[in-house]
Amino acid sequence: MALGVTKKEKIDDLAGTAGVSLAASAWKRLRRSPVFLIGATIIGIFIVVSLLSPWLAPHDPSDKMLIEQVVKARNEIPPAQPGHPLGGDLQGRDFFSRLLVGSQQTLIVGVGATLIGLTGGLILGTLAGAIGGWVDSIVMRLVDVMLSLPSLLLAFSIAAMFARPSQFTVILAVAIVQIPVFARLLRGSMLAQRHSDHVLAATALGVKKGAIVFRHMLPNSLSPVIVQSTLVLATAIIEAAALSFLGLGNPDDRIPEWGQMLGDVQNVFDTHPHLAAWPAVCIIIVALGFTLMGETLREALDPKNRR
Amino acid sequence: MALLEVRDLTVVFQRRGEEPFRAVDGVSFDVEPGQTVGLVGESGCGKSVTSLAIMGLLPKRGATVTGTVTYDGTDLLKLSDKQMRDKRGSELGMVFQDPLSSLNPVIPIGLQVTEVLERHRGLARKEAMIEAKNLLDKVGIPDPNRRLKEYPHQLSGGMRQRALIAIALACRPKLLIADEPTTALDVTIQAQILSLMKELVQDLGTALVMITHDLGVVAGLCDEVNVLYGGKVVEKANRHPLFAEPRHPYTHGLLASIPRLDAAPGEKLTPIRGSVADNIPWTQGCAFAPRCPNALDVCVQVTPAEEDQLGRLLRCHNPVVPGTPAAEEVPV
Repeated sequence: MALGVTKKEKIDDLAGTAGVSLAASAWKRLRRSPVFLIGATIIGIFIVVSLLSPWLAPHDPSDKMLIEQVVKARNEIPPAQPGHPLGGDLQGRDFFSRLLVGSQQTLIVGVGATLIGLTGGLILGTLAGAIGGWVDSIVMRLVDVMLSLPSLLLAFSIAAMFARPSQFTVILAVAIVQIPVFARLLRGSMLAQRHSDHVLAATALGVKKGAIVFRHMLPNSLSPVIVQSTLVLATAIIEAAALSFLGLGNPDDRIPEWGQMLGDVQNVFDTHPHLAAWPAVCIIIVALGFTLMGETLREALDPKNRR
Repeated sequence: MALLEVRDLTVVFQRRGEEPFRAVDGVSFDVEPGQTVGLVGESGCGKSVTSLAIMGLLPKRGATVTGTVTYDGTDLLKLSDKQMRDKRGSELGMVFQDPLSSLNPVIPIGLQVTEVLERHRGLARKEAMIEAKNLLDKVGIPDPNRRLKEYPHQLSGGMRQRALIAIALACRPKLLIADEPTTALDVTIQAQILSLMKELVQDLGTALVMITHDLGVVAGLCDEVNVLYGGKVVEKANRHPLFAEPRHPYTHGLLASIPRLDAAPGEKLTPIRGSVADNIPWTQGCAFAPRCPNALDVCVQVTPAEEDQLGRLLRCHNPVVPGTPAAEEVPV
């Protein structure tokens, strides 16, 4: 109901003509949900921009073309001017181009960290949920330990362990933090599947254990995990930005990244707030987009919201 | 020799810190090849647990199964997990109560049929698909090629149960256990499914154990009937004598509580008093005694033994005399 079910839809359902497949009915609700459409639009634009940014950007983001306008002594940076709508940054590089190209790194970090975290979580969650017993106990205690640490703190510690930080170490640090979230979620729904009628029916047909886990339990346990990944995308982007901001990110600033751009301007924030505001607003909007999408997806896939 | 010989099957559920619960208490019955045997009783009498115990599907922890289940000369309870897995689906089929939840919702019907064919008959996917189409055809699903590609939710309830029967019979098992196969279906579909099962079982020569609370199902299908109460068989007889002359007060009460088309207008149904309470022990007296209209003093003191009375097994001190009308009317 939360997603605005129309009268027509109700009649369709009563008449039994509506597509009742989980994906189809979810899509039906999503299509009519303004919140989802806003989120999807934001993410759509974000992905298109980041993929096309090398061509969209008017200038090379690492070219210090406005360096002569930077006056360190008087704390002057290049202002907005024809050809440079947002002016330049502290090193005289075109700020608008850096912002555009920065979306690419942000996308890579978000998607990379989520995928690695998802993979780790799937492996651990499947082990725990399918085998059970002492394997389950060990995995879940490990997960509890990881969840007991604040996620950002854990990510900092992991990132700080690497002698030479790079884009990859950021991704890895953020990914590891997400693993327990996925693992616990998957284990929960796997356990529910283990006692379901269709798994019992498959067992009664003599289906082998591996097939039961991978064909009957896992595919039926995935939908909460899929939803969680869209939410984790937002968290991953924010956490990666936080790492970069604190200097644990990629030290190579030729390839811009929003969190790193934010960190670079810490000292001049009071005099040139726009240098921090733009990347910050971008991060917030993208994270919001993923969150809106994830939340509406969760509601649409939640069996409690289907009649 | 019987195809399936169940002897003294006892299932005890034990939870930590709780009294053990005897769900099935020394049940014995035989199933001859091609025969249809009914297990009848109300909810909680142990009929489903009996079927799960035969199939080896009870959880290892918490459930203790004793007795013997001899199938074709081997004791199923002594087989290893792997040996049992090879038997399930190929020699022992099972159909469950709720056809929707018994099918995997994310896999097309076709794959669920071919899965068991590939597993037990070693068919390749292509051959298995052709066989699956024939199977769906055989259980009366129209347009099987289209249905094979559809998901469980796209089929009607009756069609789902037909598909499950097709899956259960895919490898031509010698024994099929049907656990309330028609309970989730409406009456007209029930009749169709039952006649389908009857036909298939006769065609394939499959023995059938029909588990149901519905005496109507038993009347139309079973050669022999076991009436269960509180985990024990209280009456075992062939279908005709059982319906003509129920001897155990419980069976008698069950039959008297069924609405009849030929009853006089205004005639009231006769319910059985009380309800099946949890874990009534058979250790002292008859478990049915508190609800029994025929109860004597001896019934609450001495557990009745199973006795052979005129070709039927009966566990009762004071059985109903043939020809007695339904038990006294109870104000509801």
